[in-house]
Amino acid sequence: MKKSTFGPWLAVVLGAAYFLIPLIATVEFSMRMKRGEYSFEAYRVVLGDPRFQASLGYSVALALVTIVIGVLLVVPTAYWVQLRLPKLRPIVEFITLLPLVIPAIVIVFGYLRIYNSESWLPLTDSARGTDLLLAFGYVTLALPYMYRSVDTGLRAIDVRTLTEAAESLGAGPATILFKVIFPNIRSAILSGSFLTFAIVIGEFTFAALLDRPAFGPYLQLVGANRAYEPAALAIIAFVVTWACMGLIQVFGAARGAASK
Amino acid sequence: MSEPTTASVRPAGGSGLPWAWIGVAPFFLFAILFLILPTAFLVVGAFQTADGAFTLQNLRDLSQPSIVAAYWISIQISAASALGGALIGAFLAYAAVGGGLPAWIRPTLMTFSGVASNFAGVPLAFAFLATLGRTGLVTWALTTWFGFNLYSTGFNLLSFVGLTLTYLYFQIPLMVLILTPALDGLKKEWREASSILGASTFQYWRWIGLPVLWPSLMGSTLLLFANSFGAVATAYALTGSSLNIVTILLYAQIRGDVLHNQNLGYALALGMILITGFSNIAYIWLRGRAERWSR
Repeated sequence: MKKSTFGPWLAVVLGAAYFLIPLIATVEFSMRMKRGEYSFEAYRVVLGDPRFQASLGYSVALALVTIVIGVLLVVPTAYWVQLRLPKLRPIVEFITLLPLVIPAIVIVFGYLRIYNSESWLPLTDSARGTDLLLAFGYVTLALPYMYRSVDTGLRAIDVRTLTEAAESLGAGPATILFKVIFPNIRSAILSGSFLTFAIVIGEFTFAALLDRPAFGPYLQLVGANRAYEPAALAIIAFVVTWACMGLIQVFGAARGAASK
Repeated sequence: MSEPTTASVRPAGGSGLPWAWIGVAPFFLFAILFLILPTAFLVVGAFQTADGAFTLQNLRDLSQPSIVAAYWISIQISAASALGGALIGAFLAYAAVGGGLPAWIRPTLMTFSGVASNFAGVPLAFAFLATLGRTGLVTWALTTWFGFNLYSTGFNLLSFVGLTLTYLYFQIPLMVLILTPALDGLKKEWREASSILGASTFQYWRWIGLPVLWPSLMGSTLLLFANSFGAVATAYALTGSSLNIVTILLYAQIRGDVLHNQNLGYALALGMILITGFSNIAYIWLRGRAERWSR
């Protein structure tokens, strides 16, 4: 059966155009800052802006905190469910999917009502408390991706045999988790972590409504007030996203090679 | 599904249920505190007056023209970008999976899709302003090379069409990512068997391909719908508050109680949960149906 590949090629070319043209346009626009010539002026201005450095630094730190909390929450849970409580799996999976059902803006609206200064747990009273709330919020947003990644990793190894082997050698639960399970699903944890990083780094809604100086609100502010810098920032954000996805691929490939 | 259980007994598991439950307690505590309670608070608040008495007035007040209009334009944009994204994404995924293209196309497409589906929010708005804004590259190219002034046709990036085009940038790749596994599930033997029996390409798709695929197609479309319905950042960065979609209205309500009624704000949130919740439940149900064929 000989098939024409014209249609498929057309689809791929059009798809590539839709993907690439906005990128090309953004690069071009970002270099127009100096009249009559192309330059990297906009990038120089952006990178030299102390608020850029401060907000990006804040978001990177927050992303790292989010990843640590998320991993410590998800890995033991997924491990325990797989080993001891398989009946709970549907419930746990359902909960991890809820952040895809409930819009982020609704979740943060609830936070503002439950954790405000008059509540029983006034997290938004202090800057540190709000940072913590924001990190918990991001753990929630990343939950579907982190859980799925870790759960896939756990299914690929023989959790039961590993646990029994470790127990017969006298290991306690913490030792099993950190010295046996973690190293075995390292690439799954890393994939989930990079995805979390990509989600947190430019997130706008949570950070803006909780009024924290993160990268997303900074982007919005620059966009509302400047002409060429936003395009440069978009390219920078794109490179960060690309790096995260690239790292996921690298570690995914490493996992494939290691399992042979 | 489950790994072959070895002959050994469950490891010292006789200590009973409570101990086993402690292992998942942190997760459930977290979920209750940062997912269930905040949402439940809004849902309950939607049925209360400012004094805390039960009422249905907030839900009735959602029928104000400005609120209905906000929901309606959100639904239109989400539906348009979901249908467009699903259609184009499905063709693209099919081209890569079954189109007979060189082998490098597929991994490349998947990687690009992974990046593009995550390239949303504020930076995406900037990219489209640089592309289709008044001084954007495509706008300029159309005027200079084809003498076609996009903005004289009434086109505006800060509008229904503009926002839909922008959302497609992450909707199409998301569709590619979700649908590719389903397309892989279309077994080559079915195609061969049908062609041996004399079926045309059209007959194959009409009687075999689409009936197997439609739960995946429908389900993915619903997921895309919910995905764009809850989006805030792109629209906000693109249009400020000039476009009255429901997420922007809720954002303004959270910031400054523009509806002058806190509990009406909760009802607004409840309406959003119901809409995204419904499309997600339908998605899960359809995915269950789709999986019947994948084993």
